[in-house]
Amino acid sequence: MEKIIQNDTSIQVDNISKKKANVSLSKWTNLKKSFRKNWDLYLLITPVIAYFIIFHYLPLYGIQIAFKDFIATKGIWDSPWVGMKHFERFFDSYYFWRLIKNTLGIGIYTLAISFPIPIIIALMLNEVRNSKFKKFVQTVIYAPHFLSTVVVVGMLILFLKSDGLINQVITLFGGTPIDFITEPGWFKTLYVFSDVWQTMGWSSIIYLAALTAVDHSQHEAAMIDGASRLQRIWYINIPAIMPTIVILFILNAGSVMSVGFEKVFLMQNSLNMSASDVISTFVYRSGILEAQYSFSTAVGLFNSIINFIMLVMVNYFAKKINKTSLW
Amino acid sequence: MQNSTSDKVFSFFNYFFLAIIALLILYPLYFVVSASFSNPTYILTGEMWLWPKGFNLDAYKKVFENEDIVNGFINTLKYTTFGTLINVIMTIMAAYPLSRKDFYGRNVIMAIFVFTMFFGGGLIPTYLLIRDLGMIDTFWVMVIPNAVAVWNIIIMRTFFQTTIPLELQESAQIDGCGNIRILINIVLPLSMPVIAVMVLFYAVGHWNSYFHALIYLSDKDNFPLQLVLREILIKGEMDEMIKATSESFLKQQLSVEGLKYAVLIVSNLPMMILYPFLQKYFVKGFMIGSIKG
Repeated sequence: MEKIIQNDTSIQVDNISKKKANVSLSKWTNLKKSFRKNWDLYLLITPVIAYFIIFHYLPLYGIQIAFKDFIATKGIWDSPWVGMKHFERFFDSYYFWRLIKNTLGIGIYTLAISFPIPIIIALMLNEVRNSKFKKFVQTVIYAPHFLSTVVVVGMLILFLKSDGLINQVITLFGGTPIDFITEPGWFKTLYVFSDVWQTMGWSSIIYLAALTAVDHSQHEAAMIDGASRLQRIWYINIPAIMPTIVILFILNAGSVMSVGFEKVFLMQNSLNMSASDVISTFVYRSGILEAQYSFSTAVGLFNSIINFIMLVMVNYFAKKINKTSLW
Repeated sequence: MQNSTSDKVFSFFNYFFLAIIALLILYPLYFVVSASFSNPTYILTGEMWLWPKGFNLDAYKKVFENEDIVNGFINTLKYTTFGTLINVIMTIMAAYPLSRKDFYGRNVIMAIFVFTMFFGGGLIPTYLLIRDLGMIDTFWVMVIPNAVAVWNIIIMRTFFQTTIPLELQESAQIDGCGNIRILINIVLPLSMPVIAVMVLFYAVGHWNSYFHALIYLSDKDNFPLQLVLREILIKGEMDEMIKATSESFLKQQLSVEGLKYAVLIVSNLPMMILYPFLQKYFVKGFMIGSIKG
């Protein structure tokens, strides 16, 4: 009896290993078959793969210079290793805390203001019954999305400079003109509110789309129960778009330390540096302008690692609290 | 309904605040248009705030006489046309094979692409690579290192998968039609909406970008419009604010004052003309992307 059972299991084991062999074999034959049939598709995608390898994977290889003293004539590989020297230099430098404070400050300020406003706008637009008015408002508030950063900052300066429109209004009411552009104290506010001006309409699209999925019968039932519009927004619409809000919050909160270079750089000048210098502009200055390649690679790498940790952490907490997450 | 009065109040405030928001966005844009047609003196004294005052086209004349602006405009036109062409072709080349279920290895290839959305070498290693490739200060640096965007590949692949009937492709295959011919004769003609979205996405990106040019271009003759704009609108102003201004400088400032508004208009002209299409297709493309992502 036992022998038979043993035999049986050994046959089963045999079968499983055969199956495994079959799977790996079929993988090969599948690839071969697919390649024979679709060789032209592989040919088609090859340049794109080559592009990604050259322009996105080769720079990964260059990251090692963060731990080396990069010498141009020796190249990346033959430059001598120096361990954590560049990181230590950055952590000990006078700039370190200023950069962290500014980067984090701008990031959190943006998150606190730029993130909720589009949600409110979407909820408001969703309540508009007059479709012509709705269309008009949408057309207007989406428009700044298509302006370039240079144009937006250029407009900001034209309106806020010492003899610009805003200061003319201030003097008209008997105030003294404010040096918005050069005053460090104004930098973050200008940065955040010009960002709101440019992006609030566009960012509301995704919430509007989520709102169209709300079941209308819920609203009808609530109306019969005598719920006001505000109550219906609060108890039906907001819960309905909550998953979208959480996902976008994770993405935004995760990138709180990766304040974009483009706009900060344009708004920066020697007088507001104490408030406007962030990690990305520092990397540009020390790397591209001063050619301290290894040092600025180390600073950039530090920033990417922090960003990644932030994303993972925020995602973890969101999962715990809300059961919605990116992965 | 018992809450109808409170609902009416809510509705009123809702319309009211939306109208204010729309006005807050519209007014600065309108002011720029109005200022570009006005006499610069009235702008500086604050007398022009709604309608153009001292109507004239001098500013536009100055814009077109300014060699840097004209040259930048032509450069941007070149970068945008060639860049977008390369972008769209590369996107199709990646998206079509990836959309085919019988294309073995598509998950691996997709993973290779998506990985780059999260991890990159960073500014300096990329800069060193492009320098080693000898691309600094060439035409190619403006169109090759950003040849394709992963996000757009995903959008296009999703479109191919969901809107092109598989049976159509299969029956063509049975008729002995090769993959490339299926792509060109069957898939692409049915994909014009998504191609339009791609053209607009990429073209607006090229038109508005300055970062790439700032880092990789140093020869002024190659500067795109956005970099020229930066010199006129931002660098010039900042220098003024920091240095003590002299009498002659004030006069010079007056002469470029009107030009600044006009150059804003000229640089955004293509965008303004395209805006109705942009809005329609951008929202559509944005939707395809966000549903999948």
